[in-house]
Amino acid sequence: MAELTRLTPARIALGRSGASLPTRELLRFGMAHAQARDAVHAPFDAEGVAGRLTQLGLEVIQVRSAVDSREEYLRRPDLGRKLSSESREALTARRGDFDLAIIVADGLSSTAVHQNIAPFVAALLPLLARQGLRLAPTVVAREARVALGDEIGEALGARAVAVLIGERPGLSSPDSLGAYLTFAPRAGLTDANRNCISNIRPGGLAYEHAAFRLSWLIAEAFRRSLTGVGLKDESDFALEAGTAGKSTIAGSGPGAEPPPISPDMTQKGDR
Amino acid sequence: MGYRVAAGGTSHVFADLRELMAKATPLRSGDQLAGLAAGSMQEMMAARIALADVPLRTFLHEALIPYEEDEVTRLILDTHKAAAFAPVATLTVGEFRDWLCSDAATSEVLARLAPGITPEMAAAVSKLMRNQDLILVARKCRVVSRFRNTLGLPGRLAVRLQPNHPTDDAAGILASTIDGLSYGCGDAVIGINPASDSLGRIGELLRLLDELIARFDIPTQGCVLTHVTSSIALIGQGAPVDLVFQSVAGTQAANTSFGVDLSVLQEGMEAGRSLKRGTLGDNVMYFETGQGSALSANAHHGVDQQTLEARAYAVCRAYEPLLVNTVVGFIGPEYLYDGKQIIRAGLEDHFCGKLLGVPMGCDICYTNHAEADQDDMDTLLTLLGTAGVNFIMGVPGADDVMLNYQSTSFHDQLYIREVLGLKRAPEFEAWLQRMDITDAAGRLSATQGGQALLAAIPGRAA
Repeated sequence: MAELTRLTPARIALGRSGASLPTRELLRFGMAHAQARDAVHAPFDAEGVAGRLTQLGLEVIQVRSAVDSREEYLRRPDLGRKLSSESREALTARRGDFDLAIIVADGLSSTAVHQNIAPFVAALLPLLARQGLRLAPTVVAREARVALGDEIGEALGARAVAVLIGERPGLSSPDSLGAYLTFAPRAGLTDANRNCISNIRPGGLAYEHAAFRLSWLIAEAFRRSLTGVGLKDESDFALEAGTAGKSTIAGSGPGAEPPPISPDMTQKGDR
Repeated sequence: MGYRVAAGGTSHVFADLRELMAKATPLRSGDQLAGLAAGSMQEMMAARIALADVPLRTFLHEALIPYEEDEVTRLILDTHKAAAFAPVATLTVGEFRDWLCSDAATSEVLARLAPGITPEMAAAVSKLMRNQDLILVARKCRVVSRFRNTLGLPGRLAVRLQPNHPTDDAAGILASTIDGLSYGCGDAVIGINPASDSLGRIGELLRLLDELIARFDIPTQGCVLTHVTSSIALIGQGAPVDLVFQSVAGTQAANTSFGVDLSVLQEGMEAGRSLKRGTLGDNVMYFETGQGSALSANAHHGVDQQTLEARAYAVCRAYEPLLVNTVVGFIGPEYLYDGKQIIRAGLEDHFCGKLLGVPMGCDICYTNHAEADQDDMDTLLTLLGTAGVNFIMGVPGADDVMLNYQSTSFHDQLYIREVLGLKRAPEFEAWLQRMDITDAAGRLSATQGGQALLAAIPGRAA
C-alpha cells in the first residue's frame, strides 16, 4: 500500500501497531495539530496586505468588524459579520456606481492571506479587466467573517462582492484561501446565496485556475443576476470547450474548486 | 404559559416552554451566543426541576415554533402517531426518564414508541439525563436500515469511508478508498465530499465509485455529498446515484438557508428510489446535521440548539434514510466550545435520533479553532460505541485533507472493535473474508488481502 502515498496528501499507508497508530505517526499528527492551533492565533498584518494590493494598482480602504479581540472573534461570529461604525462611515463616504468590490479578510487564517493574496489578485485582475468591470476600492477587513462582505458591498453600492478570506486551518493546510462571490449583497443573505472557490494555495488550487473560475462565476452572475444554489459552477465545461482562455490555466494541473470551508461554514456536506 | 419554581431560596420564573427548555439545557457556547442559556447553575437546575413536571402531552399542543410559520413544526405535528404515543401519554418529562431507564422500556417497546415521540419530547427528556442515561437508553434503541447491506444490527458498527481529496483527483480518492477498505472500512457508505460543486466533476466521481463497487462486488453503497438539487439533476442525466445526500436542520428558515425545503427532499428521495439500485432495501437518503446550524443561519426562533437538532431528525425520519450523521464538532467553538461540550452533544444527538427511530451515526470530530483534541475524540468514540451508534467516519489518519478538520480514523474503528467486540455489517463482513482482508473473527488478516484492490488504480495492472 505504501506506493499509494504519492497519489494523495491524505494520511494513508500509515502502518499499525496492533489496532493502533505506530508511535512515529502519533507524534507526526501531534505536531501538525500543534501547528494548526498556533496558526489560528497569528496576528493579521493588514498594513502589509494593503501595501501589496496598492502595488498592484488598487485603491485600498482598511476596515474592521465590530469585534474587539481574537477571542471575541472566535466566540461571536455575529460581530464578525458587522462593520464597526467608523468603518461603515468610511465606506459610505466612498459610495459609487460599482460592479464589483474585492474584499480581503483575515478570517480564521491570516497566514493564508499573507501568503496567497498578492499572487491570486495579480492573476485575477487581468481577467476582470477583460470583462470591463468597474471595480470599487478594494477593502482589507480585520476580524471578518464572510458575511461582512454583504454590508461592505451594500455600503459601497457594489452590484457584487468577492470576499477573499483565510479559511479554517487544517492539519495539512494552515494556509488555505477561500473566495466567496455574492450577487446583490445586502445584510441578511446566507451561504445559499453565494458561490465558493476554496483551497486556493500553492499546494491546492493554483492561482491561475482559481482566478479563471472566479472570473467565470462573476461573468455568469452578472449574466443571470444571481449567485448561490441557482448558479452551478460549470467553468470546467467552459475549459473543455476551449471557449474561455485555456492558455490562462495552462500548467495548473488537475484542479478543482470549492471544498467549502469558511469561517461561517456550518455543514460538512454540500455547501 | 409561564413556569415558576422556588428552589435554593430563590423563585425562578420562566416565561414559556421555549425558555424553560433553553435554560434547562447543559451549558454550551451556542446557546450563550444566542442569549438563551441559563444565567446561573441554580437557574439551570430550577429549569430542569420545572421541566420534569411538564406533561409530555404539552408538546403536542404547545409548539415551540408556530405551526403556521414553519413546515417542520407542521411535519412533526401532522405525522405524530397517537396510538404509538399511548403507552407514555400520561407521563411527565421526569416520569418519562424513569420509564426509559426501566426494564419496561425494552428494545421492542422503544421501536414501537418511536413514531409517537416528537423531537421536542426527546430533547426535553435528554436535558434531564446524565451521560450514562443517554448511553443506557440509546443502547436499547435499534434502528435498522438497508440498501446493499444491513446497518444498525445489535453488536455491529459500520464505518463511512471518507476518501476526500483537495482537488477531487480520481487516483488520490481511490488510494484513500483502497487503504480504507484494506482496514475493513466502508460498510456504511463510501462517501466523497467533493471539492467541486460542478455537475460534470460530480458525475465523474459517481462513476468512479460505481465502477469500484461493481468491479469487486462490494456489498456497500457510494455517495458524493452534493446538494440534493444536484443529485436530482445528475439522476436525470443518468448518473449512477446510490444515495441522495443533503444537510438538513430543524427549522424551515434554516433549511431555506441550505437551499432546500421538504418538497425537494421528497423529490430527491423519489428520484433516488426510481433508479432501484438498492438490492436489500430502498433506504436511499443520507442526511447530515449538527447543533448550531439554525442559529448560524439566523433561523433559530429563540429555541436552544439541541432541541432544534432533534427537530432536524424529524425531518430526516420522514424520508426513511439509510444514514443520519450528526457532524458534532464540525461547526466550531462558537456553538460547542470544547471537548466537554462536544462529547455531551454527541451523546444527546445519538440518543434523540435513536429514540425518534432514526439510523443515527456520528462524525466524532473537532476543528482546529476549538478547545479539543484527539483525546476527546477517543472518549466520545468509546462512549458512542458503548451506546450502540450505527456508524462512525473512517478518515485516513483522522485528518480530512479537504474539509480541514479531524475525525475518527481507520485505526480508531479497529480500536473500538477490539475493545467492545463490535462487528461490521454482515454482508460486508462476509465480503472482507472472501477477499482475505479479515479472518473469520473479523481481525485484519496477516496476508494483506487488500493488495488485490490495488488493481483499481489507473495504470496499474492487477
